[in-house]
Amino acid sequence: MREIIEGRVWTLGRDVDTDQIISGKYLTIIDPNVLKTKVLEIGLPEFASQSRPGDILVADANFGSGSSREHAPQALRAAGVGAIVADSFARIFYRNSINLGIPTIEAPGVRALFERFDPARIDMRAGSVTNVRTGRSISFPPLPPHLIDLLEAGGLVEKVRRELAARHPPAGTMPR
Amino acid sequence: MSATARGHGMTLAEKILARASATESVVPGQIVEGTVDLAMMHEQGAQTVQPFHEMGATRVWDPDRVVIAIDHWVPASTEGAAVLHRILRKFADEVHLPHFYDVGNHGICHQILAENGWVVPGDLAVGTDSHTNMLGAMGAVAAGIGPTEMAAVLALGRLWLKVPPTLRIEVRGTLGPGVTAKDLVLRTLGEVKTTGATYKAVEWTGPTIAKLGMPERLTICNMTTEMGAKCGMVAPDGTTMEYLARTAKHAMHPLQPDADASYERILRLDVDGMPPMVACPYSPDNVRPLPEVAREHIRVDQAFLGSCTNARIEDLREGAAILKGHKVHPRVRFIVSPASTAIYRQCLSEGLVDLYTEAGAVFTNSSCSACFGGNMGIIAPDEVCASSSNRNFPGRMGPKEGRIYLMSPAATVAAAIRGELADPREYA
Repeated sequence: MREIIEGRVWTLGRDVDTDQIISGKYLTIIDPNVLKTKVLEIGLPEFASQSRPGDILVADANFGSGSSREHAPQALRAAGVGAIVADSFARIFYRNSINLGIPTIEAPGVRALFERFDPARIDMRAGSVTNVRTGRSISFPPLPPHLIDLLEAGGLVEKVRRELAARHPPAGTMPR
Repeated sequence: MSATARGHGMTLAEKILARASATESVVPGQIVEGTVDLAMMHEQGAQTVQPFHEMGATRVWDPDRVVIAIDHWVPASTEGAAVLHRILRKFADEVHLPHFYDVGNHGICHQILAENGWVVPGDLAVGTDSHTNMLGAMGAVAAGIGPTEMAAVLALGRLWLKVPPTLRIEVRGTLGPGVTAKDLVLRTLGEVKTTGATYKAVEWTGPTIAKLGMPERLTICNMTTEMGAKCGMVAPDGTTMEYLARTAKHAMHPLQPDADASYERILRLDVDGMPPMVACPYSPDNVRPLPEVAREHIRVDQAFLGSCTNARIEDLREGAAILKGHKVHPRVRFIVSPASTAIYRQCLSEGLVDLYTEAGAVFTNSSCSACFGGNMGIIAPDEVCASSSNRNFPGRMGPKEGRIYLMSPAATVAAAIRGELADPREYA
């Protein structure tokens, strides 16, 4: 996990649900590289073609509400989103996004600090999001240790892989 | 009316999570590792397979605790859907998952769990669909998760959970004729709003809830998802135990909330005199009394009686009682999709398929159908759908401009008859 994350901001309103991130008609697509061309088609149509790797989403309340579809954070990760910051998240999206290793930060009040394309700087350890253009910043409670562990591992797949490997060492290795 | 209660006891969600994590007591905000009693996957489970393998997992922790039920594209309507089904079938063979509800024995995943006793009181259940909350009607904690998380559950049989604070909703009064549990949950959404229960547990209680049958409890727990809730539940009672008596797949633990439990908020509702309700575009919390909206003569192009929220036999009977002696309005496409194959067969034997189709409806096989805008029953950008389903977000049934009004099965049928939104009590 990077401790400092910097990038250009795309702003979004409240209640951007998963239908707006990846529409129901695309749910049979599971290739993230195809999904990223459809990302935010309803919520922010110009994003898919104009975003750059490392861009940061700053949303108002209840980002990612609605369905459990992991296509939504999959598509955002494939598009190279560096972090998602919001006033608040819907719970399944939040878990999915963290599980995929995307820095996902709840910072109430953050949306009001940014306009589109403002440069943002996020300090994961200190727990702050700063608008580099205006100098205004907002703090957030640092993530709990088990979520930091998840992000440090790069996501849930790697974390479980390590756990299973520790449980069942490959043949020929001696338990320490 | 709203209040809080601070005691030393535990709410129902806390009781269940304490049991699942084998600890004496838990408090909101605490992170626990919960042992899973039941894991459910639908088509999204196809995305579980790759992370499961990447984790280095080779076996599922307990194949008898895993249910696969395909429901979004049944039978497969595109090559993409066929591939998802194929991935799931191969995976089920490879890791020996016997409980696969495939085409011909299919139904909406949550309904399959309910009618086959897969979730019982005291369970911690997870599924790869956001409306997994519905199974909380059994007195369980049932929550939606994504497919990567499901891969971890299949490998380990557990997951981390933050113990949610509980919103207690106490309901008193009598639902009038033509007013249903759907109207109750819509009205509640109008007050709680789509973020009012985010990360929280919802505990339905009170004399009105005690009188509801299991189908109605399933409906009100289903739409706690639209409140943002992690789970929604009704404490188990005689009604629950009777419903599960012959079908329960594993041991029941009928836990109850403590009398001195601590609630973050208590919402008290009285349904005496409550009219039918409707959620207007583009949010399930944009709720108004249906008679008031009906006066605006809102033209309807499609009516949809289906979805995990309201397509049980009781819902289809409720609709049939309204439809009897009427025809579907010539301008309206009326789609009826029962929630499971068992319900489909029940409709056949009760003559409901004849009744609906003679009136001009299309009666489809069981699936999620028009609800999610990815398979069939798509509407055009300038069209309106009256629907018994649970979401009316922009783009939910296809184009972002399409307008969906959410209502009870009775009101959906009334709209199909009149060709505009209508108070179902005028057809009783």
